[in-house]
This record gives sequence, C-alpha cells and structure tokens, in this order.
Amino acid sequence: MTAPEKTVTPETGTESAPSRTGVLREKLQQFLAFASLIALVIFFSLANPNFMSWSNVSGILLSTAVIGILALGTTFVIISGGIDLSLGTGMTLAAVTTGTFLSVMGLPLVVGVVGGILTGALMGLVNGFNIAVLKIPPFIATLAMMLIAQGLALVISGAAPIYFSGVEGFNLIALGRSVPFLALPNGVFILFGMAAIAAVLLSKSIIGRYTFAMGSNEEATSISGINVRRWKMTVYTLSGAFTGVAGVVLASRLNSAQPALGLGYELEAIAAVVIGGTSLAGGKGSIVGTLIGALIMSVLTNGLRIMSIPQEWQTVVVGIVILIAVYADNLRRSKEQ
Amino acid sequence: MSSMRAPSSSSPGGQPSRPLLQIEGMSKGFPGVQALDDVRLDLYPGEVHALVGENGAGKSTLMKILSGIYERDSGTMLLDGSEITVDGPLAAQRLGISIIHQELHLMPDLTVAENIFIGRETRRGLGLFVDDRALNRRTEELFEDLRIHLDPRALVGNLKVAQQQLVEIAKALSFNARVLIMDEPTAALTEQETEILFGLIRDFKARNTGIIYISHRMEELKAISDRITVLRDGTYVDTLDTEEAEVGQVISLMVGRHIEGETRPTTVADDPTPVLEVKGLSTRSLLRDVSFELRRGEILGFAGLMGAGRTEVARAICGADRITSGEMFVNGELVSIKAPSDAAKLRIGYLSEDRKRFGLMLDQDVKFNIVISSLGEFTNRFGFVRDGAASEVSEQYVRSMKIKTPSIRKSAKNLSGGNQQKIVVAKWLLRDCDILIFDEPTRGIDVGAKEEIYELLTDLATAGKSIMMISSELPEVLRLSHRIVVMSEGRVTGVLDNAEADQETLMSYATHIDSAGSLA
Repeated sequence: MTAPEKTVTPETGTESAPSRTGVLREKLQQFLAFASLIALVIFFSLANPNFMSWSNVSGILLSTAVIGILALGTTFVIISGGIDLSLGTGMTLAAVTTGTFLSVMGLPLVVGVVGGILTGALMGLVNGFNIAVLKIPPFIATLAMMLIAQGLALVISGAAPIYFSGVEGFNLIALGRSVPFLALPNGVFILFGMAAIAAVLLSKSIIGRYTFAMGSNEEATSISGINVRRWKMTVYTLSGAFTGVAGVVLASRLNSAQPALGLGYELEAIAAVVIGGTSLAGGKGSIVGTLIGALIMSVLTNGLRIMSIPQEWQTVVVGIVILIAVYADNLRRSKEQ
Repeated sequence: MSSMRAPSSSSPGGQPSRPLLQIEGMSKGFPGVQALDDVRLDLYPGEVHALVGENGAGKSTLMKILSGIYERDSGTMLLDGSEITVDGPLAAQRLGISIIHQELHLMPDLTVAENIFIGRETRRGLGLFVDDRALNRRTEELFEDLRIHLDPRALVGNLKVAQQQLVEIAKALSFNARVLIMDEPTAALTEQETEILFGLIRDFKARNTGIIYISHRMEELKAISDRITVLRDGTYVDTLDTEEAEVGQVISLMVGRHIEGETRPTTVADDPTPVLEVKGLSTRSLLRDVSFELRRGEILGFAGLMGAGRTEVARAICGADRITSGEMFVNGELVSIKAPSDAAKLRIGYLSEDRKRFGLMLDQDVKFNIVISSLGEFTNRFGFVRDGAASEVSEQYVRSMKIKTPSIRKSAKNLSGGNQQKIVVAKWLLRDCDILIFDEPTRGIDVGAKEEIYELLTDLATAGKSIMMISSELPEVLRLSHRIVVMSEGRVTGVLDNAEADQETLMSYATHIDSAGSLA
C-alpha cells in the first residue's frame, strides 16, 4: 500500500476482515448438511447392503432429478426473499403442454421440449409480475398460481394422462444413457448440468448478485438504483424455466404427462432448499446446499423404503426432517443477531 | 482547529460563483403533515453547507427529494442553472447527486465491494457476469484514495457499525458526485474516524464538490461548514455564515421562540419518595450508565434528539431489551425485569409511540382493547369471559376518561388518535399500573386532541401515578414535566427542574454542549 502524503493519519480505518467467520459459519452449515447426507448413506448401507448397489444408487439419483431441478430454481426465489408454491402444479402444466404439443398435435420433439420449458417460464413471469408490480405477497400470488396451473393442466388434458408412446425418443430424454462410460440415465446428467448452470448464475452473474441484494435488503437495493421490479420478475421467470425443465424430465421419465400429479412437489422442493441451508428470510443460500438438500430428501425416502418402512411413516419422517432443518435455520439466524 | 476559509466566495476572484445547486419553493406534504413548505437552499461549488433543525424540521425529507427517493409536490431545483427533475435514485446518480443516508442502506449479505458498486458492476461475458476481481480491485483503489482500511471481500453484515458507515460513505464518494449529501454521517463514527471524514470532505471541497451536511452536532458545524441553513417545522428560517454565527443563535433559530411554555407545572410534587430508581443502566447497543429517579405523582420528561436512547431506556425498563449492567429499584426494592410480563407485575405500563402496532388491536372494539390485558379478572372458573362485568368496567372507563365513542362496541380504528391513546391508558389503569411510561404520547394526534392528552397526563399525576414522558417536542416537555432528563447518544447529559429549563438549555444538553460554553 502506498503511503499517502496527506496530513490525516491513515491509522484509524479499522483493520482486518471479519469476513472469515461469516464464511466459515456458512461453510459449516453446508458441511453439516453434507455430513448428515453421508451419515444417512452409511446408516442405510449398514441397514441394507442393497442400498449401495449401483442400480439403487442410480435410482436414487434419477429420483432426485425432478425435485432437484425444481429446488434449484426456487433457490433463487427464496434467496431473493420470496417463496414459490406454484412449482409442483406448474411442473404438471409444463408436462401437459409438452404432451399436447407432441402427442396430440404431433409437433417436432424440440418444439415440445422448448414449449414445456417456456410454459414454466411464462408462469414464472406472471408470478413475478403479480408480486413485483401488483405487490401481491409471494405466498398468495403463487398459491393462486398453484391452483390456476392445476386447473389448467386438467382442462387441457381433459383430466386424463397424455401418453408419449407414439413419440419416438421422448423417454430417452430422462432415461436414455447417452453419456459413455458412466452407466447413469440422462436425467441425472440433466440435474447436474442444471445445477452447474444455476451455480454459475447464482455466484457469478448479475442475476445472482441482485438476487442476493434483494433478499438482503430490498429497500437498500432499490435506493442503490437497481430496478427491483424488473429483477424480481427475472428471478421468478428463471425459477419458472427450471420448473418447465422439471416438467419435461418428469414426463419423459413416466413417458406420460399425469395431470393429477404434481401437487406437493413444491413443498418437497422448498424443504430441499431449506435443508441445504438457504435462509427463508432471504439473502443467504447456495446451489451446492440445495443439491445436498435434494439428495438428503431422496436418500431418506429411498432408504426408508428399502428398509420396508411403510409409505405412511416415510411421510412422517420427511415432515420431522423439515422441522429439524427449519429449526436449525432459526438457530443460525438468532445466533447472528 | 480547522483551516476553513471564506464561505460562498470560494471562486478565485472572491466573487461568488454561480450556485451549483439552487432549490426554490420546495414543498412536500404527507397525509396529516406538511413536511416541507416553501423551502429554499443554494449550494456553491466547493462549499460545505450545513443544514440544521430539530427532529421533524424537514431536513431528511428535503434530502430525499433531492436524491430521488421522494417526489416533490412543488418547487424547482436548478443544477448549474438548468432545471432538473430527479425521478428515482438512478436519475440522481446520473445527475451527479450522491447521498450518504442517515440510516444505513447496505446489503448485509453482500461483500463490501459488491455493496459499493451495486448497479455499476464491472461486467464480462456479454455483460451477463460480474467481474469480481475487477470489482475488488476498483474498491481497493477507491479505499486507497480515501484512506479507508477495509477488506473489499468482507461481508458487510459482519462489520461493525462504524465500518459499515465507512462503506456507505465510500459508496457515496465513489460516484465522483458534484453534489454530495451527508445525512448525519458521523453518528456512528469515533472522533478519529470523524477526523478522517473531515479530511475527505476538505479534499472534496478542493475538487469543487458541493456538500450539504446535516448534523446535530454544533461543534462539527463550526469545524467543517461554510454556511448554515436552519429549517423549522418544514419551513426555511435563515441562512448564516458559519464564521459569524454563534452556536446559541443557531439553536434559538432551530427551536424558535414560539409558545414559550405558558402554563408550567408547579415544581416537584410534594412527595419526594422515588417510586422507580434506575442506576447505571447500560445496554449492549446504545445506553451507557443511565441513572435517574422517578417520584410519586411526578411527570418526568425525557428530552433528546432522535436516536439519543430515550425509547431504549423505556424498553430496557420494561424488559423488552436486555441490559448489560445497572440496577433498578421499584419502591425501594431491587428488582430484576427480564421480560415485559415482569414489568407488568411490578405495575409498570409502557405506552409505545407506535400505538397502532404495539398498543391497540385496531379491528377489535373498545371493550376488547380495555380488558384484554386483565382478562383473568373477567373470567369465570370455566374459562369463559364474564361479558357483563367486562362491559360494565369498560363503560366506567369510557365515562371517567371521557373517551369519545358512540359505544364500547365500536372498533378502535374508528376513534380519533386522542381517544385511541385514552383506551391504551385505560388498559394499563385497569391493571393497576402505578408507573406509566409514555413514548411520544401526542405523535400523530391533532392539535385539539393534544390538549386532552395533556390534561389526562396531568390528572394521572395528580392522582398519584408516576409518569415518564418521552417527547421530541420541547414545548410539550416544558409544559408538562416537573423535572426533565435530557439524553444524548445513550447517556444522560442533564437532569433539570422545570423552573431552570428552557428550550435553548434543553437543546444544548441534547446536542451535548454545556450551556455556559454555547452562549459565550
């Protein structure tokens, strides 16, 4: 540092960076989530040797894909200080759109896929508009969208599943094995690919930066000259696009668009985000955390099933895990104050 | 101390140059208040123009209009002689108007560098991505220039308040603004840091930046400003050359000569027994060694500027905030108050300045609000509310306190502010409270109803209740209080009998100057 030849001594200026503790704390949270994941894996593989079989691992990863992709998108929304309840049925509507384009209208594969993704993005845009411009609280705005999407999915599909049996190659999107050397279904690679995109967007891009800024202090962000309305709409649209991708992946995996499926996925996705250490109060969170959170959710479900624990009890356990995760979030926040 | 020279004649010829900024006839009203009324201000290049006034004088409103946060109702702003409209913070930035806000406007979860350059990030990759390395470098350069020693990568939320203040300052300075507004920039700074800031201000003066400097601290104005403009109640009062201005003169312009407390209470109530004694009270954030005593049948006024710590004292006494040291005695007995329910048991009632948020359930009726805190007394042994008894008691209070409501069934939100205040008082009286703490009892209440509140407070004191009254309106404090505690920056700076107090004296204590020095 070059010494300024001014009269005022540069002595005061309060040295040092206390950043490290904060970073450490955040890392600790991620580490805790990661450690719980490992603990679960060890526990279940001891309980049942089949747990670590390649086919089961591959199954767990594939079943993480849909929830995981939903959770990635909604991580942005939650960090920005919002919430999105329309993920689950929105995903269904996207799947139904894809089904209509491909099976009913016989349009090319690409059109169906892009159509599904855009349907999700459009819903996100409407959510964003309602929240940022009409100032409807996120909870209510997306609750309404949840119902609208659910209804529309039933209307468009005539309340019956749309099958993709006639669409060649559609089920390969999620189930094909296009990556050489790694015997995993494509759905898994889509998840990790989307996670990579989300991670880069969140930590390096301008969208990510403003997502954190808004969740951290919306008023300050606005006063700094950032167009909060526009960026909020962008965040919800981005999350909607992820919802659309999840819809396409789900449809491909089931080789059908099930209009009655989807409700409840939003809560699992939000749970994954929270378990991964993203604060529901906004301003804090990470993609790696969300990915770990989503894995914890599916390892838990899979492990309990493999241990022959009845479906009903699995649901109870997941509920308890969510409570623990949110309580941990509270503890962390109260400690910070 | 300072080497400041010549106010508006900073241009070489000694001839005042053209004003950099000219504000004329600025007005702004909010529902119920005229925050600004025909205010003017001019600022020359290289000038530090101080803006002073009591709480609510309109300083912050004016600055928020100038920086595009509020919209003006009427008035003109000329920058370099041409008229400007500032419709938003971004517009202000483009025009070269930059502001350091009084409350910190930072994003705690972002780093120092991210905060400073938010909205102006160095981008790469088709403008989609932030170049953090460049951002940190720019911040380091800025800090070197400003002689601030902070890590650009530190999370702002982990910094101390003073450091955050420095970030806010650096951010405002980084715009290379032509007009720089500082709203109490030294509030959180130590003396040393203040000196650094003054050094920076002098640098900016030398670069012909115009600076509007808002502060309550008279010593600072002497040290750094060229001219001082005084606002009072949203109107323009006067502009003085700092060199010729006396501190006492500035203070009397600030408080005005209006309503020199016509009716004052006869000094101290006869009974000098302290009901509440506070000794050496400190909290983590603000309060330092606060001591005072409250006597039976007394109204003890609390005067001070915003942020002086008056509300914090009330909150600490009521157990709403934790205290780090100090003792409290109620009726001579040492007590420990850890939660608001403890305070209520000791018959201490706190009437918040924000009635609508903390005092009342607006959608519920008058009766509901009066009995809600004493429901236990109106419940039979099966846990059902004895409605008849509750109504009877409520009717009594409505009559005795002259609460104007068509019936006790009327929602609280339909009543005037004064009557709402009375309902809150009734609630605490029903709990047999002996000590009542009023925080800004007349805020948001129109002039007529204020008289009723004054009468109410006086009646309560006469009836033997002990009252702590926090008020930012000096005439109100002088009119009602037997004795007055003045606070500044978390400390008690003076305790005066009403007879020896006047607005100037109170203001001197509140701004941390002893009265002898200021009038010399």
